[in-house]
Amino acid sequence: MTILHIINKSPFEKNSLDTCLRLAKRGSAILLIEDGIYAAQKNTAVGNKLAAAAATHSLYALAPDLDARGIGKDKIIDGISLVDYDGFVQLTTETSGVQSWL
Amino acid sequence: MAVIKKFLYVNRKAPHGSIFALESLEVVLIGAAFDQDVALAFIDDGVYQLMRNQDTSGIGTKNFSATYKALGDYDISKIYVEKESLDLRGLSKDNLMPLTWEDEDDDWAEKDSIQVVSSTELAEIIDNQDVIFSF
Amino acid sequence: MKFGIMVSAGPYTHQASDTAYYFTEAALKNGHEIVRVFFYHDGVNNGTSLGVPPQDDRNITTRWSALAEKYDLDMVLCVAAAQRRGLLDENEAKRAGKDVSNMAAGFNISGLGQLIDAGIQADRLLVFGD
Repeated sequence: MTILHIINKSPFEKNSLDTCLRLAKRGSAILLIEDGIYAAQKNTAVGNKLAAAAATHSLYALAPDLDARGIGKDKIIDGISLVDYDGFVQLTTETSGVQSWL
Repeated sequence: MAVIKKFLYVNRKAPHGSIFALESLEVVLIGAAFDQDVALAFIDDGVYQLMRNQDTSGIGTKNFSATYKALGDYDISKIYVEKESLDLRGLSKDNLMPLTWEDEDDDWAEKDSIQVVSSTELAEIIDNQDVIFSF
Repeated sequence: MKFGIMVSAGPYTHQASDTAYYFTEAALKNGHEIVRVFFYHDGVNNGTSLGVPPQDDRNITTRWSALAEKYDLDMVLCVAAAQRRGLLDENEAKRAGKDVSNMAAGFNISGLGQLIDAGIQADRLLVFGD
């Protein structure tokens, strides 16, 4: 079992996404929350990084955070699954530990 | 017999500009008394915490950098520094304070605590932890 | 499953303590156990009884207090972080010679050992912060 990585920072402001992608072991899960969800959008300067990561990691985004920021589900990169808070809890039980890239 | 867990402290913020480095160190020192399997990782701006020659006398804050040198006395011998983070900042291990520990099983030989590791190696280490405190 | 929660950002300025709250609530609703919610760094400000947010906004502190009441949650503020930032229970206030204490219901002050202990007791430890 691998761990769950959580990113809560915008990829346009902080390096949390890049560092996470560098240090998240292949096969591990990555969850985007809070301002981290901006990385989940298609057609941005970081979109290709996430699209590439979808091939090697399980990607998730917290739906209430997308809704709050006006990011429609149709704007999300293919391969990113949406979860609510119950799904977030569920994810942490299915992985072996949690690292938050603050 | 209590289970020993793997604890990793992930330090990604520079010292002095914010309190995270100092308050992380405070957790590490308290945590050392709990006899768990402890390691520290310095990533991104966190590598600046280990710079030599820090002198805070001009900014009026506590110079806690010397405390890192005491970590060996607390039996903390695994200090990982990510090579990519050093490279990106034009740094090498020579720019960092020498940190050592004494190996009880090897006639108290003084050994280097800092291991400069690649991102691939560090990814493996992070993935193997039970508890990760990130700062 | 047993969870330990560390909150290291203050209320209102960052979303982290809101997310921590919703995660904790969801875990409890799903039948999991929360070993402890430990507030560190500016996170200790979640425990002030002196905050007066506008009526049309959430009250983060009373929301935590209500959750603690409902589920008998152990909510701990780090004593060193709290003292630095002016969060005092009655004992600490008396000891420091201050004439007010400002610890909201359900919050307790204790040492960093409680954070390590949460890591040892819990199956998963999550950090919510900035």
